Amino acid sequence: MALTNHDVLHIAHLARISLTDAEVEKFAVQLSGILDHFAALAAVPTEGVEPTAHPLPLSNVMREDEVASSLSRHEVLANAPQQEDGYFRVRGVLE
Amino acid sequence: MTDLWRLTAHEAHEGLRARQFTSVELTQAVLDRVAAVEARVHAYITVTADVAIEQAREADVKLATGSATPLTGIPMAVKDLIVTKGVRTTAGSRILENFIPPYDSHVYECVRRAGAVMVGKSNMDEFAMGSSTEHSAFGPSHNPWDEARVPGGSSGGSAAAVAAGECLVSLGSDTGGSIRQPAALCGVVGLDPTYGRVSRFGIVAFGSSLDQVGPIGRDVEDVATLLDCISGHDPRDSTTNPEPLPDLRHYLGRDVRGMRVGVPREYFVEGMEPGVRARIDEALKLLEGLGCEVDTSLSLPSTEHALAVYYIIAPSEASANLARYDGVKYGFSDRTGTTMWQNMEETRAHGFGNEVKRRIMLGTYALSAGYYDAYYLKAQKVRTLINAEFQAAFAKYDVIVTPTSPTVAFPIGAKIDDPYAMYLNDVYTLPSSVAGLPALSLPCGLSEGLPVGLQIVGNFFDEGRVIMLADAFERAGKWANCLPDLA
Repeated sequence: MALTNHDVLHIAHLARISLTDAEVEKFAVQLSGILDHFAALAAVPTEGVEPTAHPLPLSNVMREDEVASSLSRHEVLANAPQQEDGYFRVRGVLE
Repeated sequence: MTDLWRLTAHEAHEGLRARQFTSVELTQAVLDRVAAVEARVHAYITVTADVAIEQAREADVKLATGSATPLTGIPMAVKDLIVTKGVRTTAGSRILENFIPPYDSHVYECVRRAGAVMVGKSNMDEFAMGSSTEHSAFGPSHNPWDEARVPGGSSGGSAAAVAAGECLVSLGSDTGGSIRQPAALCGVVGLDPTYGRVSRFGIVAFGSSLDQVGPIGRDVEDVATLLDCISGHDPRDSTTNPEPLPDLRHYLGRDVRGMRVGVPREYFVEGMEPGVRARIDEALKLLEGLGCEVDTSLSLPSTEHALAVYYIIAPSEASANLARYDGVKYGFSDRTGTTMWQNMEETRAHGFGNEVKRRIMLGTYALSAGYYDAYYLKAQKVRTLINAEFQAAFAKYDVIVTPTSPTVAFPIGAKIDDPYAMYLNDVYTLPSSVAGLPALSLPCGLSEGLPVGLQIVGNFFDEGRVIMLADAFERAGKWANCLPDLA
């Protein structure tokens, strides 16, 4: 499974990571090599086999909907790269 | 009493209770040891000496008033993806270099309630992705048995700190071998608990269907004691098991005659070093000598697929978990671009290291339109087959015994440019991780002067029998609390 540079740029865009040209070249080779090792999985018969998402047979764990304390605004914002008037500050989302 | 750092936690507990020394004296001895060897080992990202001394003073009060637990006053290392309120937690990443958590993780609450003393936050591969600590943004740790070699990973700092005397016990985390492989390479004991035994509340997430926190120590008793401390249901992690768990210390000092030990032939393949093979063969003879029924005819044919299954599922889950690092709410942020999307892409480009980028992209690809069925869904189906083979095996055997790693510690730099060669380090630890089973590694001797690890895998929540066999093996052998000659 050979990934092209175009494929790598598409994946990087989905993952929101900007790459240099040299990184695109390097990751195309490395990711293609790793995917080649996964090719053998295709030959494993899995007709009628249910997928496992999680090793334990727990599902729909419920609890009472009770009000509890949460972090203060000050604590939540303490690690913010930029803040203003008690909000996280970012560049405009809409053009 | 200058060598207090050589004690196991249970030996130190006896000394503290008998008033032979105080926790402040013990903690200072460990901090002095850190000062002496840390420049060569680099087990820690952050040493918390002031916190440690303050916690040791509190522990001495508890010891004086008789309210001590087996961990009260015991100096320990905490892997740097376990969040600690007010103490920087980096997960080995530049993107969290200055992150000060506003709350404590469940496991840190547990060890603090027990009175343990935190010496520091231990080094690790970035976001636990790696098998050598070379992927730490803060530089690699070094193996205390040979400083030119890796300590394993991703919990390499936690294992190296225990082996070098820079703490008595430590907490690591294991997704595909990240406790057991460094424990093996550093000659200490490490246990990856059953998925669901230990709460992940406050653990920086990597692969959420795989991640577990577990103990590392110099003998099996210390590992059992620390695991008892952190186990149990936590409503803040809905994957934790609500059933009560037996005290693992009850399984120490037992007779293992008649225990049925399966040895899967698929683990004895090319790539295993002859020296590792020789130590494992001797270990199996020792188990027979203890009266175990060792059967080497066990076959787990899907073993060969575990590596592909893991390296599809874990990166897929990681690509989702690491989407949160966007430079908005916390962590490193690159604001040089003119749009929000540019800022996010540059933040992630400069905040993440190469291995993390590789795995995010691998996972993004495996989950993307047109490839989901061929990779992620297929891997989840083969995961079911791997689980079924283990369950069939546990109908016949009490435990499964294998090597922990195909090689001893390798030189720093040897595999850093070949991602797949690095992934192969985990070939023996991945299958039980994929199945969510508990597995322990303990030392079984040296090959070319470097430690070899024996892995014992148990059925779901059957840590008891794993501990029982490991403890019996340890008492019959001579590798408990065997420290390297790091002058």
